[in-house]
Amino acid sequence: MTDHLPLLNRRETVARLLCDRGEMLVVSGLGSATYDVAAAGDDPRNFYLWGAMGGTAAMALGLALAQPERPVLAITGDGDMLMGMGSLATIGARRPANLSVVVLDNEVYGETGAQPTAIAKGVDLVTVARGCGLEAPDDIRDMNGVGTLAERIHRPDGPFLANIKIDTHEYVRVLPARDGAWLRTRFREAVLGVAP
Amino acid sequence: MKTSVAQGWPGGVYDVLVRQNIRQVAYVPDAGHSDLIERCSADPAMKTTVLTTEEEGVALLAGAWLGGDRGILLMQSSGVGNCVNMLSLIENCRMPFVTLITMRGEWGEFNPWQAPMGLATPDVLSRMNVQVHRVDVATDAAPTLDAAISQSYDGLLSSAVLLSQRLIGRKDFEAEG
Repeated sequence: MTDHLPLLNRRETVARLLCDRGEMLVVSGLGSATYDVAAAGDDPRNFYLWGAMGGTAAMALGLALAQPERPVLAITGDGDMLMGMGSLATIGARRPANLSVVVLDNEVYGETGAQPTAIAKGVDLVTVARGCGLEAPDDIRDMNGVGTLAERIHRPDGPFLANIKIDTHEYVRVLPARDGAWLRTRFREAVLGVAP
Repeated sequence: MKTSVAQGWPGGVYDVLVRQNIRQVAYVPDAGHSDLIERCSADPAMKTTVLTTEEEGVALLAGAWLGGDRGILLMQSSGVGNCVNMLSLIENCRMPFVTLITMRGEWGEFNPWQAPMGLATPDVLSRMNVQVHRVDVATDAAPTLDAAISQSYDGLLSSAVLLSQRLIGRKDFEAEG
């Protein structure tokens, strides 16, 4: 543990990751990750989850397989990633080159009263990801690392996972649309050029 | 473990998947699905994904459809319980969803641990607004799945096709000794 370092601001981190997004498609996990992605700037190529906990990485996998020419990014919290940890094995076995998973890790369930997650007790998602065959750098703890990551997630030689240590500060919620049917229609029109 | 799998239906079902342009096949294996999984895995036009749990398949197929791929989830009835909350994704987004389920816990089932989820499967799916189509005769498997895929991907509904254990064949535990 390197607790002496200030932890990263989640909003600045996500804004940096998405500022030059190009053709990137994004699936965000329920709770703060969805608010962070919305705060970075709404985009029809964002798919915001408001539920389906544990499903973010698996959903991004299906999208990455369907759209192999575009970078696909799952952005989620450590609680969602822990619930869907099996999907790291699924991703590692399937090996989509265009898929990156970014975990915003504050070691707590922020939406429900900041109860500690298993990460707070020493579980290491980077080691899990490596064990599943994903390329994964050591925990990212500074904006230089985030800057490197912002380029890495565009390289089609994944699958890739990055775990970013963020602070537990609760930012003003930026709430995107939560009508899933509208979100998926908007997404498909932007990506496929088709109505449902 | 030996099973007396009804001959023929996997070929017809595979042909339906090809004709219906199914591009992603996600599965947690079942002995009853093994022939179909082999056929799909050998098809370069199909992307097969083995899952660690069935709910991943619900999310995966939702992402696949966002990206323009039609998909199907293959599982056995015990996996339906694992999918329940993830089906809220399908419901909220009014996305198409198709699953082909081999039934356990009925028709001479030897293993009592399969019975509870087997019994609950049609009700659980219905409660999550998935339309249930049960198939008891092998020759009905392909046309029923064909109809289910059409109403799901053209009609934007959720469909489950249940292949009865009588059709699939009883799992023969005794033969292994």
